[in-house]
Amino acid sequence: MARFAALLRRWGPIFLRRFPRHLLIWIIIAYALFPVLWIFSASVNPTSSLSQQKLIPDHITWDHYRTLFTDPNYPFATWLLNTLKISGITAVATVILCALSGYAFSRFRFTGRRVSLLALLLIQMFPQMLAIVAIFFILRMIGDYAPALGINTHLGLIMVYLGGAMGFNTYLMKGYFDTVPRSLEESAMVDGATPFQAFVRIMLPLVRPILAVIFIIQFITSYSEFILASVLLRGSEQLTLSVGLRFFTEQAFERRWGPFAAGAIIGGASFLLIFLPLQRFIVSGLTRGSVKE
Amino acid sequence: MKILLLGIVDAVVVWAGVGLGTQNAYALLSLLLLGGVGLNIAILSRRAYPLRYLLPSLLVLFGMVVYPILYNVYISFTNLQTGNLLQKSQVIHLLENRYAPAPEETIYAYQAYLSDKDELLLLLTDEQGQHFLSQGKTLEPLRPDDQRLVTQDGTTGLDVPGYHAVTGPALYQLLPRLETLAIPVDNATLRLSGIRQFKTVIKQYSYNPKTDRLVDLQTAISYAPVDGRFTSAAGKTIEPGFQTWVGARNFVRIFSSAAIGKDFLRVFLWTVVWAMLSVFLSFSLGLSFALLLNDRKLHFRLVYRTLLLVPYVMPVFISAFVWRGMFNENFGIFNRILGDLFHVQVPWLTNAMWARASLIMINVWLSFPYMMLISLGALQSIPDQLYEAARVDGAGAWRRFWSVTLPLLMISLAPLLIGSFAFAFNNFTLIYLVTAGRPAVLGAATPAGATDILISWTYRISFQGGSGNNYGLAAAISILIFVMIATISAIGFRMSRHLEEVYG
Repeated sequence: MARFAALLRRWGPIFLRRFPRHLLIWIIIAYALFPVLWIFSASVNPTSSLSQQKLIPDHITWDHYRTLFTDPNYPFATWLLNTLKISGITAVATVILCALSGYAFSRFRFTGRRVSLLALLLIQMFPQMLAIVAIFFILRMIGDYAPALGINTHLGLIMVYLGGAMGFNTYLMKGYFDTVPRSLEESAMVDGATPFQAFVRIMLPLVRPILAVIFIIQFITSYSEFILASVLLRGSEQLTLSVGLRFFTEQAFERRWGPFAAGAIIGGASFLLIFLPLQRFIVSGLTRGSVKE
Repeated sequence: MKILLLGIVDAVVVWAGVGLGTQNAYALLSLLLLGGVGLNIAILSRRAYPLRYLLPSLLVLFGMVVYPILYNVYISFTNLQTGNLLQKSQVIHLLENRYAPAPEETIYAYQAYLSDKDELLLLLTDEQGQHFLSQGKTLEPLRPDDQRLVTQDGTTGLDVPGYHAVTGPALYQLLPRLETLAIPVDNATLRLSGIRQFKTVIKQYSYNPKTDRLVDLQTAISYAPVDGRFTSAAGKTIEPGFQTWVGARNFVRIFSSAAIGKDFLRVFLWTVVWAMLSVFLSFSLGLSFALLLNDRKLHFRLVYRTLLLVPYVMPVFISAFVWRGMFNENFGIFNRILGDLFHVQVPWLTNAMWARASLIMINVWLSFPYMMLISLGALQSIPDQLYEAARVDGAGAWRRFWSVTLPLLMISLAPLLIGSFAFAFNNFTLIYLVTAGRPAVLGAATPAGATDILISWTYRISFQGGSGNNYGLAAAISILIFVMIATISAIGFRMSRHLEEVYG
């Protein structure tokens, strides 16, 4: 008891002084997390209707998750796999292509280099979705000759995403390569490495952080992309998660609230699983770009 | 080895190129050639070594961004829309194959025969009982005593070695092939006109490439191509229309047509208000939270920061649906609470003003963590001495914030805020998934709802028009959006360079 009194004397004032601030922060956290808790509660609530959902369910059930994976009209598992596949391939391909082009812009001096860099800067300002009508017609035209790349194909969509990813990420890549001293590759080439070997064996391992950043950025972008996918994909087997969930909620949203909530939780969780291990790269990348030390 | 592989690739490129060339797919052909020639230069020339690294990126960039942009510009100068989707040559082809009943109509019954090699033979019989033989190209009269004619049970058929009669289901499968036949007879043409008969018809239109006129062969009225449709002097038009160059008309329409201009102005104003309020409110909120968290002695600081990042990390499409459910007018959580406590129902997403307010609230929730993150970073870079100097000069906490913190923050954050503004300006996903531009506005000339921003308006004109899809108009608006975005970005770029000079 005496010890407790001593503790209280020691920490009490600090706690009291700090308490309002912590309370305020917890209120803010409640604001930030409420929708997430709400949707999680909906996903384990016995009712599937929006109107009857209680924040604290009477009992917990995983029925909605089961419904989600067994409903033949809404192939949720397929959508999730499609999304992971498309975002994964796009992200990997973006990393490879941008590493190549970023390296070329950083290391080689060739005619048209400055003009290309400027053009790249201009092009990446143009949101790709603004040209959606043209992209639609182009893919339809390509599809007439190469059906694997046309409308309603994943490969076609990946190509479109890749095109949109080039400008910004090449810039990011070039900037990072610029910070790595040239002497490293030069010494490798003195030892007999070809330029390409020097690039793959010496440079790529050194720039791993930026490769990770580009991978995440591109993965996130493709994962949450809606407009291009909704125009270019048809047929419920081909959809990505964003378009699929939209399709799922188009009718009777109120009555399908439970299964939808389960879908949202799975979609968000699979996204977090990929994002969280890599988030420190993003945070440092964001601040690196914004703050001058 | 390298040369051998290159040779194989070149062969494929040439093969595909010839294929595309013969089918008039010049756009694809040029892209293919660009890639092919680029590859050869990259591999064969020592000077073009960097091209080996650049080529893959350049190709997707050209194919999926640059070319669409150019194509988009082109579309904005055409009348591409529902009813005008075909090329002029396609429309002419279509119309020249349109037939009208002949003045003196003759009906032929027919019997079809196929050989083992799928060759077609038709026995046609006119109303007078005269028989004809045809292979689909010409009509050859048969004498009544022709040896190939066999009469059995009152019906006359053919007996040609190697050919068998097509009847029943097989006949139905053959119909699409018969439909393509156009057999010339005298001044008319024989075409399939029913399951069991051919009929004489005459061509309805004839196109003269020299005068660029389409002539109706029966009435002799001549139709000239006007505004993507063949139009007679009396103003009669023939469907379907075709794509044609209309100059700057789509742009002019946005500003001069009172109805479209009104929609444009309303949507534009809301877009600006939406983007400004979103950025201002979420930045204010994010900055306040950052000030609260910016204390190195604060316990659980990292835990707090991670928890507060959740809205930013959730994929937007998921958050959008969740908020849509929460704002549901009848069953959503907010209206249930408000209903229980005060017996009021707020039309969150169905009343124009409320829907706009709801959208801004959602966007603030989505983007304050980003604002907090960048503010935290910027706050930490402000040197402590400045605060001490201010304190010595007698500035209170409030004064220190307005005179020291905020101005210094703005230096590093202004370009990012402009970037956020541009992003909100084009935040299609959120608007479309929460309200889809609704509620609708009565009397709007285009599908422009109360919460539509420019980009979602463009999308709806393109793909969800009530009276068809107007791609030309949509492309013109998208170019205007690009000009605005480019201006905003240019200001941001200028500013960041300018500020860099000031600051470091």
